[in-house]
Amino acid sequence: MKIYGVAILAACFLLGHIVGDALGKAFHLTGNLGGVGFAMLLLVFANDYFKRKNLIPAETENGILFWSNMYIPVVVAMSATQNVKAALSGGWVAILAGIIATTACFILVPIFSKLTKNK
Amino acid sequence: MNDFIKILDKNGLVFAFLVVGVIMYVSYFISKKLTKSKIPGAAIAISVGLLIAYFGGEKGVASLPAFSGMALLGGSMLRDFSIVSTALGASFHEIKKTGWVGFLVLVLGTVVAFFVGGSIGYVMGYGDAKSFATIGAGACTFIVGPVTGAALGASSDVIAISIAIGVIKSIMVTIATPFVAKKLGIDNPQTAMVFGGLVGSTSGVSAGLAATDVKLVPYGALTATFHTAMGCLLCPSILYFLVQLFLP
Repeated sequence: MKIYGVAILAACFLLGHIVGDALGKAFHLTGNLGGVGFAMLLLVFANDYFKRKNLIPAETENGILFWSNMYIPVVVAMSATQNVKAALSGGWVAILAGIIATTACFILVPIFSKLTKNK
Repeated sequence: MNDFIKILDKNGLVFAFLVVGVIMYVSYFISKKLTKSKIPGAAIAISVGLLIAYFGGEKGVASLPAFSGMALLGGSMLRDFSIVSTALGASFHEIKKTGWVGFLVLVLGTVVAFFVGGSIGYVMGYGDAKSFATIGAGACTFIVGPVTGAALGASSDVIAISIAIGVIKSIMVTIATPFVAKKLGIDNPQTAMVFGGLVGSTSGVSAGLAATDVKLVPYGALTATFHTAMGCLLCPSILYFLVQLFLP
């Protein structure tokens, strides 16, 4: 059933957030340290394990795939709810710092890509 | 008319499905017919989203009563839920291939954004250590900025600027990524992970990669989410102490 997939996804999501929250507390910060990242790693491991043991029926997987297909629409909704006006009214400091810092990071991408094992 | 808006407002999430569905349909139609698929439909749809956000308020278009549901559909809960779900398409084998470089770019991306952003703030008149650190942190992501500012006790206008920097970064990454992806070599899982780790901005990276090649989203998003974590760790601590050595 599709709901099994959604439930597996929800379990990974919540576990990841619990780990991220605990890390945040450990470092005395308000907020969650990488909870989404841990949740993603959990789902990657779970999927890897289930696939090898042949434990995940296609129908279960479809429950997760539905949400991955909803990803772009969700991002569109997110863009539509950004505070674009404030971002532009933050003045030149915000605009210049935002653009130049981003460009600096972009330029580094090809340099470090060469260090990965993908040849 | 008022009753109509009340119905839309009450069923906000359902109306948001309809709104986003229409935006997607129109955007993919424009992409196919007017640009011969040269500009990805997702990129157009995301740009349309940003454009209509401009006409709203603090919460973008969700500040208008009828569109309140957009804040739920595009809010952090469903966004994170759907980002995590994309991990299903990521293979552990590919993640391993990035190896230690993945960690290195996380640290480096934070340090570069921090000092470049902070220096620009310094040149433009925000000369004290707290403001430098908060503005630099904002150049990591719009979450790191306020977290750092709050931790250091920076003034609220500096914190507002740091949020604005982060939002501008995410907007720029969203729009620019599909256009520069080829030039930067972002066409495989490893470079996507390097990209996500260096640039950070989960929303920008994941939206930008979605518009470039959906298969790369999980890899970029994975490192990008840890970028925010790394920024929250380094900016109010080690990096701030470093700045303190040079500024009042």
